[in-house]
Amino acid sequence: MMSSTVWIILAGAFMTYLTRVGGHIIISRFEHINPRIQAGLDAVPAAVLTTIVAPAVYHGGPAEWGAIIIAGLAGLYLSLLPMVIIGTGALILARAVLGV
Amino acid sequence: MSNRALFWAGARRCIPVCVAAGPFGALFGALAVESGLSPFEAVLMSATIYAGASQMVGIDLFGQNIPAWVIVLSIFAVNFRHILYSASIGRHLGDWNGWQKAFGLFFLIDPQYAEAERRLEMGGKIEFVWYMGLATPTCLFWLSITWLGAQFGNLLKDSHSYGIDFLLPIYFLGLVMGFRKRSFWLPVVGVSALAAVIAYETIGSPWHVSIGAVAGIMLAAFFSPQARGKLSQSEGQVTS
Repeated sequence: MMSSTVWIILAGAFMTYLTRVGGHIIISRFEHINPRIQAGLDAVPAAVLTTIVAPAVYHGGPAEWGAIIIAGLAGLYLSLLPMVIIGTGALILARAVLGV
Repeated sequence: MSNRALFWAGARRCIPVCVAAGPFGALFGALAVESGLSPFEAVLMSATIYAGASQMVGIDLFGQNIPAWVIVLSIFAVNFRHILYSASIGRHLGDWNGWQKAFGLFFLIDPQYAEAERRLEMGGKIEFVWYMGLATPTCLFWLSITWLGAQFGNLLKDSHSYGIDFLLPIYFLGLVMGFRKRSFWLPVVGVSALAAVIAYETIGSPWHVSIGAVAGIMLAAFFSPQARGKLSQSEGQVTS
C-alpha cells in the first residue's frame, strides 16, 4: 500500500511530463508555422528564464543587487561556470560584510 | 562524430549545470525530510518530477494539510513553462523517432533546454545521443545530491549565508545572457522582467513565470524584425 504522498508525487510527475511533451505535440499539429509564431518560439529562452531572475532581484537587498551586477559583468566576459562562482562568491562576501 | 564522442560532448556540458543545481538539490533533500518526507520519497520526487522549483513548492504544501489536487495543480503551474520549451525545441528534433521524443523530453529541464538552444545557436544539431549525454549525468547527479541532502541536511542549515537561496537567480541570469546575441533579445528580456515582477506582486507566484514569459513572447511575435519579415529565419536565430 503506497502512501498518499507517493500518489501525489506521481500525479505531479505525470502533469510535469505532460508539460514537457505537450508543447511539441501541439506545435507538431501544424504543417507550417507562421513567422510570428516562429519569432515567438525563438524568444522562449530569454522570455521564460528572465521571469525566474526578475522577482528574485526585485525582492533582493544591496547584497543581492551587488552580486547580480558583478555576476552580470562577469557574464559579459566569462563562461557560465566562472560567472556563477564569482557571483555567488560576491554574494557570500556582501552578506558577511553587510551582516544581512 | 561517433555516438560515443557525441555523448561525451553532451556530458561535458553537465558541469556548470551540476555546480549550480547541486546546492539547491541538496537543500531540497534536506527540506523534504524536514517537512516529513522519507529520503526515499524525496529521491522519488527528484526522479519522477525532476524539476527543482516545483519540488520545493510541493514539499512546502505537503506540510500544510492542503488537498492533494491543489498540490498537484501547483506543481503543474510551476512547470507550465516547460510547454514553451517543448514547443520551441520540438521544432529541432527532426531526427528523433517517437520513442526517443517520448523518453528524451522527460529530461527537458531549464538548463537542458538552455544548453540545447545554445547548441542550435552555434550551428549544431540536437542529436538524441548528445542530448542524453547531457541528461544522463545531470539526472543521476540530481538524484544523488537529493539523497545526500536528505541524509546530511543538517550541514545546510545556514543556506542563507552560503548564498544558496540566490544561487539559482545568478545561474539563470547567466543562461539568459547566453542568448544575448539573438535579435530582439533586450526588448524581450526587459518586457518579460517587468511583466514577471508586476505579476509576482499582483497575482502571485508561480504565475509570474507564465505571464512574464507570454508577455516577452508576444512582444517578439508582434514586433521583432523576424516576425515582421525583415530577417530570414536563419538570421533571426542569431544576429551578431
